[in-house]
Amino acid sequence: MSQKDKLYFEDFLPGQKHTLPKQKMLKEDIIEFAQEFDPQPMHLDEKMAEQTMLGGLAASGWQSCAITMRMLIEGFLKNSACLGSPAVQEVKWLLPVRPDDILSGEATVIDSRLSTSRPDMGIIRFHVDVFNQLGDHVLEMIIPIMMHSNTSKGAA
Amino acid sequence: MRFFEDLNLGEQITLGDYVFEQDEIINFAQKYDPLSFHTDVEAAKSSLYGALVASGWHTASVWMKLMVNYYKNAIQEMQNAGIQHGEIGPSPGFTDMVWVAPVYAGDRLTYTSRILEKIDSKSKPEWGIVRHYNEATKEDGTIAFKFTGTVFYKRRPT
Repeated sequence: MSQKDKLYFEDFLPGQKHTLPKQKMLKEDIIEFAQEFDPQPMHLDEKMAEQTMLGGLAASGWQSCAITMRMLIEGFLKNSACLGSPAVQEVKWLLPVRPDDILSGEATVIDSRLSTSRPDMGIIRFHVDVFNQLGDHVLEMIIPIMMHSNTSKGAA
Repeated sequence: MRFFEDLNLGEQITLGDYVFEQDEIINFAQKYDPLSFHTDVEAAKSSLYGALVASGWHTASVWMKLMVNYYKNAIQEMQNAGIQHGEIGPSPGFTDMVWVAPVYAGDRLTYTSRILEKIDSKSKPEWGIVRHYNEATKEDGTIAFKFTGTVFYKRRPT
């Protein structure tokens, strides 16, 4: 994507939807993430996971969040003047994310405002919905993203 | 780990601390948060942050790592003492996560967790829901990260 197609703060309008790329959840990635960050039976071992409330192996919710972040980046943030995120207003882990699930998602612009302290940037709030291949709603996230204003075009 | 009934509102625990090494910051970000200020030391210098910063999801995932470690130790101690222990279940979600200050390579964060509220679960009578406030601070006392979480806690068997 050329520089002139890059997305800036002004390009995000309330109600606008961005489709996120699909993401397959591999069992080995689920277990690898859990071994490092969330070593509980429900995320580590199929047999032990059957005895838990989730009823079978499921990805750590933190991995689901991190995957959602990657879907946002690959979907549109990598072609934007994104400056990162200061916060997450809310995350709901609605249903377990299982091995071989194919996740899809959509990010909807809720609202946006220019920064009062840094007028060359603004904050856009996104409502992100993630679904599995059956269409079940598995994750919901409200996340503000900081973005350069197009007045900063040409600057580093 | 104790049962839902045994938890006291306002009670705070220190989960432990963690040093964010440069290669771990880059590895995590390459997999999950591939923005240049998380993955590229040189590019990060000219970013808003002035240097490589950890992905906020890395900071959050380390909270989970330390929390699980804390609970495993607590269970072990109770088993050793012959005391019946409880169990934690999944989490329905969280609110109000703020990455208050950037976490740079080499920063050491200390994580704490405080019990805010205990809620009865209508759908799962063997479990209760605990709301907890969590914080991570740098060595100079600066708050770097905070959020309010929820988790299922096993009730004492009747």
